[in-house]
Amino acid sequence: MNDNGLFGQKKTITLKVWRYKPGAIDPPRYDTFQVEANAVTTVLDALEEIKATRDGTLLYRHSCHHASCGTCGMRVNGREQLGCVARLLEQGSDVVVVEPLAAAPLVADLVVDMTPFAAHFTPAGMRLVRTSEFNAEAETPAGVERFTRYEDCIECNLCLSACPVANTNPAFIGPAGLAAAYRALITGERSPAEVFAYVDHEDGVWRCHSAMECSAVCPSNVNPGHKIMALRRELISYKVKRFFKGG
Amino acid sequence: MAVPIQQKSPVARVVQAWFNPLKRSAGFLAFVLMRITGIGLVVYLLLHMVVIGNLLRGPAGWDSLIQTMKAPWVLALDVLLIAGILIHMLNGLRVTIIGLGFGTQSHKGIFWTLMAVALLLLIYSGWLVFTK
Repeated sequence: MNDNGLFGQKKTITLKVWRYKPGAIDPPRYDTFQVEANAVTTVLDALEEIKATRDGTLLYRHSCHHASCGTCGMRVNGREQLGCVARLLEQGSDVVVVEPLAAAPLVADLVVDMTPFAAHFTPAGMRLVRTSEFNAEAETPAGVERFTRYEDCIECNLCLSACPVANTNPAFIGPAGLAAAYRALITGERSPAEVFAYVDHEDGVWRCHSAMECSAVCPSNVNPGHKIMALRRELISYKVKRFFKGG
Repeated sequence: MAVPIQQKSPVARVVQAWFNPLKRSAGFLAFVLMRITGIGLVVYLLLHMVVIGNLLRGPAGWDSLIQTMKAPWVLALDVLLIAGILIHMLNGLRVTIIGLGFGTQSHKGIFWTLMAVALLLLIYSGWLVFTK
C-alpha cells in the first residue's frame, strides 16, 4: 500500500473477510484484519497485503488491477463491486465486509465458480474474441457508436450477483447473457429466430422483474437492464408481425 | 454462524435476495415494494372473504361488524390498504412501461414520480377516510 503521504492521511479500517474452504474452514466464518488505508487504497490492495504478510491461504481472483478484466468481482459491504477499484475509504464505514459474489457456486473464500455464468455467452451469440480488438487499422464502421457499448461487457458477474431473480432461480439466463443476446440480434450476428429461440421462455427474457440492479452495479456501463427490456420489445414486435403475417 | 446465500435454504434465499433493499438502488426498492404489497394484497383478499362471510350471520351480525369497521384502528388499516393498492398499481404501471422497452434509461425518475403521485393520492384518501 502507498505510504508516501501523497494520498491523504491514513486511517485504520477493519476488514471482515469471508472465509470458507470445504473441509478446512467449514462452516464458513469471517476473519477480521486491521488495515491501513489512504484515499487510493482499494479492497484488492488490502487483500493482497493480507495475503502477502498475514495469511497466505486467503483466496481471491484478480488480474489487471484496473477494472478491465472483470476478474475481481466481490461484494463489498453488501454491494457488488470490482475489488481493484473499490476504494476502502469510500465504503462509508470503518468496518468493511468483503464477501464472495452471490448467484454463483462457492469454491473457496472469495472465489466463485464462473462456469455457469460464462455458459450463457456462447449460446447467446457473444463472440469469444472481440472483432474490434483485431480491427485497429480499419476505418470506423458506420454505426459503430451504436454497437460499441455492447463490446464493453467485462464478464465480471456483478450483474448476476446483484439480480434478485438470479439469486433464487439458477436457470435464469441472467442480465449479461440476455444483453449478449440483444447485441447478437441488433448486430445481425444471429438471426431473430435464433436469438428468440434462446431467450423466449420462462427462464429467459420474461423472467426479469425490472429491479434494474444489474445496471446499477455494472462497472462497464453495459446497462444490461436496458438491453433486456429492449430485447423484450424486439421480441414482442417480432411476434406481433408474425401473428398478422400468419407466420 | 455466517452462511452465504449459496448455502441457504430456498426460503432464506428468497428473504435475503428479494426483501433486503439495503445498499441497493431505486429499481430494487421498487422490486421489494412490489413483492411486499403484492403479498399484502393477497392476504387482504383472504381477510376480506372472511369478513364478507359475516353476511351469513344475518342483519344483526352485519350491523355489529359495520360498527367495528368504523373504529379508528380499522380506518388506519384502510389507509394502509390504500397505500398498498396505490404502490402496487403505480409500480405495476412502471413495470409495464419499461417492460415494453420504453423509459428504461429513466426508470428511477419514473419510479419516484409515481411514488410521489401515490403519496399525494394517499394523503387525499386518508383525509377522506377519516373525515367523510
